[in-house]
Amino acid sequence: MEQPNLTYIEKLSGNDEIFKNKFIAILKDEFPIEKEEYYQSLNASKTKETALIVHKLKHKLNILGMEKAYGLSVFYEEELNKGNTSLAPKFKSILDTIESYLNTI
Amino acid sequence: MTCIIIDDEAAARAIVAQLCTSYPELDVIEEFPNAIDAIKFLNQQTIDLVFLDIHMPGFTGFDFVQTLKNPPKIVLTTSDTNFAIEAYEYEAIVDYLVKPISPERFAKSIQKVKNSLQKQPALSASEGNATGVGEDLYINIDRRLIKLTFDEILFIEAKGDYIDVKTTKETHRVHNTLKKIKEKLPEELFLQIHRSYIINFTKIIDIEDNSVLIDKSVIPISRSNRPELMRRLNLL
Repeated sequence: MEQPNLTYIEKLSGNDEIFKNKFIAILKDEFPIEKEEYYQSLNASKTKETALIVHKLKHKLNILGMEKAYGLSVFYEEELNKGNTSLAPKFKSILDTIESYLNTI
Repeated sequence: MTCIIIDDEAAARAIVAQLCTSYPELDVIEEFPNAIDAIKFLNQQTIDLVFLDIHMPGFTGFDFVQTLKNPPKIVLTTSDTNFAIEAYEYEAIVDYLVKPISPERFAKSIQKVKNSLQKQPALSASEGNATGVGEDLYINIDRRLIKLTFDEILFIEAKGDYIDVKTTKETHRVHNTLKKIKEKLPEELFLQIHRSYIINFTKIIDIEDNSVLIDKSVIPISRSNRPELMRRLNLL
């Protein structure tokens, strides 16, 4: 599984450690909420709503340098808009990877 | 230059705000997680620039633009490239930034905003470009400046000291380089896929392993440019 990284955040931060720490804190706050919203929506079979949440989550994959995961989420979002949830297990692996990573930083 | 940031994602707002800190002339006076609150704010206060996310639940960025009678300059921020054409239909929209936004691309955008604000007082109502700033390109042929809209350009091919600009109607041969014309084209629509070709990727009809079909022309994709093309296409 592709691993997240802080390359983009570090580029954006430069030497601004305050911003870097603040941004990581935002990720740590926002990600679990979006993840929870995602599962609630998915379990309620609201695929269009789920697609919107995946859309928001996929930006975080980009921020964390997960290009392959981002590609999959783009496709997943499209499939959700068609009512197809078959990529949900793969997307779960991505979310789990990010969750584990955010616990380490 | 006073500005506000509208995005339902806190991380995205933080990124734009951080990018703004490199520009002392930019004064971020407020951030909004939704467009409705921003509209209420704009009814009370005039600002110069809005960084606006398109994809928000309930009320999209385009809904926001259509709601305002006299909108300020707007820079769209989005994870999708497939709204680029629609974006350029609004006069207020100056630029279109695809997330994650790089500092380099952000710098270009700020320059576009400055150029746009400088042009504004000089334009009379009749001169105003109804389809938005930066929607066209002038090419110099036999001392004549010919206007081409970005949408009519299919692709550009390098031919030694010249470039061929292939449009929906004809091909123009211009004494210039691919590198120079690339700087004039919006990244949201154009992509170099080979050392001799820049394409308008909204015009792609078909893709094979190492080539794309645009109109009736088969254009090669170099190995090094292929990942970026595939990344962009994934977004369509």
